Amino acid sequence: MALPNREIPLKLELRGITKRFGDLVANDHIDITVEPGEVHALLGENGAGKSTLMNQLYGLLQPDEGQIVVNGEPVVFRSPRDAIAAGIGMVHQHFMLVPVFTVAENIALGSEEVRGGPLGWLDRRRSRRDVIETSERYGLPVDPDALVEDLPVGAQQRVEIVKALTREVDLLILDEPTAVLTPQETDELLAVMRSLTAMGKSIVFITHKLKEVKAIADRITVVRRGKIVGTASPDTSEDELAALMVGRAVSLEVAKTPAEPGRNVLKLAGLVVDDDRGVRAVDGVDLEVRAGEVLGIAGVQGNGQTELVEAVMGLREVRAGSVELDGESLAPLSTKQILRSGVGYIPEDRSHDGVVKEFSVAENLVLDMYDRSPYGNAFKRDLGSVGSNARERVAEFDIRCQSPDTPVGTLSGGNQQKVVVAREMSRPLRLFIASQPTRGVDVGSIEFIHGQIIHERDQGTAVLVVSSELDEVVGLADRIAVMYRGRILAIVSPDTPREEIGLLMAGITGTGGDAPEEGTK
Amino acid sequence: MSTATVEETSVVVAPEPFWTRQRRLGLTLVLIGLLAAVLFGALAPSEQARFTLSDDAEGAALSINGQLGAVLFGILTIVAGGVLLAGLAKRRQTALLGLGILTFVLSFLCWQVAGKFMPLVDTTSGTMQLALPLILGALAGVLGERSGVVNVAIEGQFLMGAFAGALVGTMATSVWAGLISAAVGGLIIAAILAVLSIRYLVDQTVVGIVLNLFALGVTGFLYERLMQNDASAYNEPPRLPEWRIPGLADIPVLGPVLFDTNLLVWVALLLVVAIHFGLTRTRWGLRTRAVGEHPTAADTVGIRVRGLRYLNVLMGGLVAGIGGAYFTLVATGSFTKNMTAGAGFIALAALIFGRYTPFGALGAALFFGFAQKLATYLSAVGSPVPSQFLNMLPYLATIIAVAGLVGRVRAPAADGLPYVKS
Repeated sequence: MALPNREIPLKLELRGITKRFGDLVANDHIDITVEPGEVHALLGENGAGKSTLMNQLYGLLQPDEGQIVVNGEPVVFRSPRDAIAAGIGMVHQHFMLVPVFTVAENIALGSEEVRGGPLGWLDRRRSRRDVIETSERYGLPVDPDALVEDLPVGAQQRVEIVKALTREVDLLILDEPTAVLTPQETDELLAVMRSLTAMGKSIVFITHKLKEVKAIADRITVVRRGKIVGTASPDTSEDELAALMVGRAVSLEVAKTPAEPGRNVLKLAGLVVDDDRGVRAVDGVDLEVRAGEVLGIAGVQGNGQTELVEAVMGLREVRAGSVELDGESLAPLSTKQILRSGVGYIPEDRSHDGVVKEFSVAENLVLDMYDRSPYGNAFKRDLGSVGSNARERVAEFDIRCQSPDTPVGTLSGGNQQKVVVAREMSRPLRLFIASQPTRGVDVGSIEFIHGQIIHERDQGTAVLVVSSELDEVVGLADRIAVMYRGRILAIVSPDTPREEIGLLMAGITGTGGDAPEEGTK
Repeated sequence: MSTATVEETSVVVAPEPFWTRQRRLGLTLVLIGLLAAVLFGALAPSEQARFTLSDDAEGAALSINGQLGAVLFGILTIVAGGVLLAGLAKRRQTALLGLGILTFVLSFLCWQVAGKFMPLVDTTSGTMQLALPLILGALAGVLGERSGVVNVAIEGQFLMGAFAGALVGTMATSVWAGLISAAVGGLIIAAILAVLSIRYLVDQTVVGIVLNLFALGVTGFLYERLMQNDASAYNEPPRLPEWRIPGLADIPVLGPVLFDTNLLVWVALLLVVAIHFGLTRTRWGLRTRAVGEHPTAADTVGIRVRGLRYLNVLMGGLVAGIGGAYFTLVATGSFTKNMTAGAGFIALAALIFGRYTPFGALGAALFFGFAQKLATYLSAVGSPVPSQFLNMLPYLATIIAVAGLVGRVRAPAADGLPYVKS
């Protein structure tokens, strides 16, 4: 492979890149040009083929057709090593950091500084110095001696960026970099991206978040179902971008009327829950959810939301405090009893806890009621009514599948989620809990699921929505509880400025002295 | 990334619970110390316990009144536990734990040896010899598991090594040919393990168990068909020579153990040091650990995950094969059916009890070797304590280690998981 000239700024062209997995065409003749010093946004829904494309650019996958051209020279990347050598680096959505290694070890890994010939004795001092140098040069503070597993997510991301930069890359691929960040951390990241492009680096920014694209991108390429469906400039409106991305006009706003809250349905008092490792995850939460309202829990993932919901559902032991549904304690009940006492539940990890992938759509739709009339009794199942129920639900919830007998695992994420929503909403409910209801779901389905949640609210059900997407919480909720490190820091109205909620999510409650430093916005 | 976030949360949210691991440990030590001081002290006759520096009852000896010793060392165990329990000396946790266990063992010895004598040289060199295959087997495990491949086939590698060493050693009438063949024997089992688990993604534990049975069957069959019929042609290998280093060998107790012995002792100890520094200080080690912890991360920086795993499993096979040579070329001088008798599983226990580290494995292997040696001693002097209790110790210790009662043992994160490029 001819090494491209590294002296001139890197210009990247993808020409006719095609990648197939069996019958599925993940990338269909993709042409993209990334100019030096620009932020090129690759916008598309989950499953549109963005990550597949970037994995080919980074040498993790090889294209079936097409060419990667760097500064006019066609190149072939057989492994990430080749891509790095050509000046291309990547920050993956799920960080590629070894948790038990130090920052310096992680950054050195794969291109270690060694002395002593064949033994490959690590030169740790030089690795440390390299890290410090790069970190200072680009204004990305990282502590070379910290263990990665001790670092907050934002800092881990900085480590990933520094890791790419120490390899002297000129083009940086950021794959959904803001998915795990607080709004403040997102702003900081955008600032970093600006300063990197000012130094002549180019950035490919993969995302499905329209606001960020508009804030930072110089050019936007929209991908849908493996094809480029258009390019846009940053002044294109969000609605237009969304329409391009989804393929039809979508409404980004959740349409709803003001809530008419009634009695208290769910009441948590002094709730204390531990996580899997026995560490306190929920630390004395008091919360009430009323009939006919949506209470949204905002917060960066991992601040106890998961454990809180699992405790309510009887999936996790309550250490202290109480959980009451209409004044009755849920603590002594099994999860099955809780579900049947009128609680609907969308678990956050759909593929683990929401559906049985090998089971058919019809079976998944009655997972909660398979042994109850009309679907069966203690001895036999009534497949006829299982089937007719499935046909009704499939039509009602617009579940796109070949037939109700197809395994759920073959459906798209959005349709799998609709199966879960359809099942949980087919019981009479007093309380509906939706945890990350639209994670990994296409925009079209998001719209539909949001509509269903509001519909459930309007029927007088108490709704608890947990989401790490602030937009989603703001759009759905009538009241927002911000959770941070196991506590509810505040309950605010959805009209509260986003900055304020963002600060709360970062654990900053004061309005005065604790504000972040200037210039991060 | 959620785990990392939780990690961060835990630091702040969780108020340190009172019963930390350190305190639980301390409490355990206090309790067993009490047991030692009261029970061993009461049972021990008030006679001299003599630990002789030579091999017989005469000559220089360290001696102490058995009853006094049992009580005294028991009290020391209580003190060590007490310091931990009081939450003092957070830094010296491991040292205090070691002290506690040591004094407990000494208390036990004082009781058992009171009125008798225990030859120290014989005990230590016996410990070293019994630990020898365990060290090598556990090191083989370290090599594989740190790169993410579970190796429960150490037993099979031992057997194959022992068999090949005896067979080729006899036929070539060369102990060195035998030693090399033993390594190759281990390598063959390792190669099958590697191909099946890395290339064909078969469950690594299942492959390991099958390989153990395979090795048992093949060597047993060939032993009956070949070796039993004509032992002098196939099953009388020369033994590894013992070398005495003048000067150093005269150091009391340790001299005869380390410097008047066979080559394998040095090989094993050198390998412990080499693998320790290899893992922590070299490029190979950093990459091996990365591949064992987070193979995808290693792949994205251009490290060949499968290649490195092959390399490590195969190297482990060589080391375990040499461990197998101990049985035929050092200990007995001939092969018998199933002669390793579960030593490979004790080596596996040493690996886990030693927290997947070379020095940990060494310590655990020596501890288990000592337990076995002590079992022989106790049955020889007619102790009321059944020797089976001591033979059970490795397994008991492993259960305790795995259950997390004495410090949590954490395997490499990707241990046992085949790597498939997505």
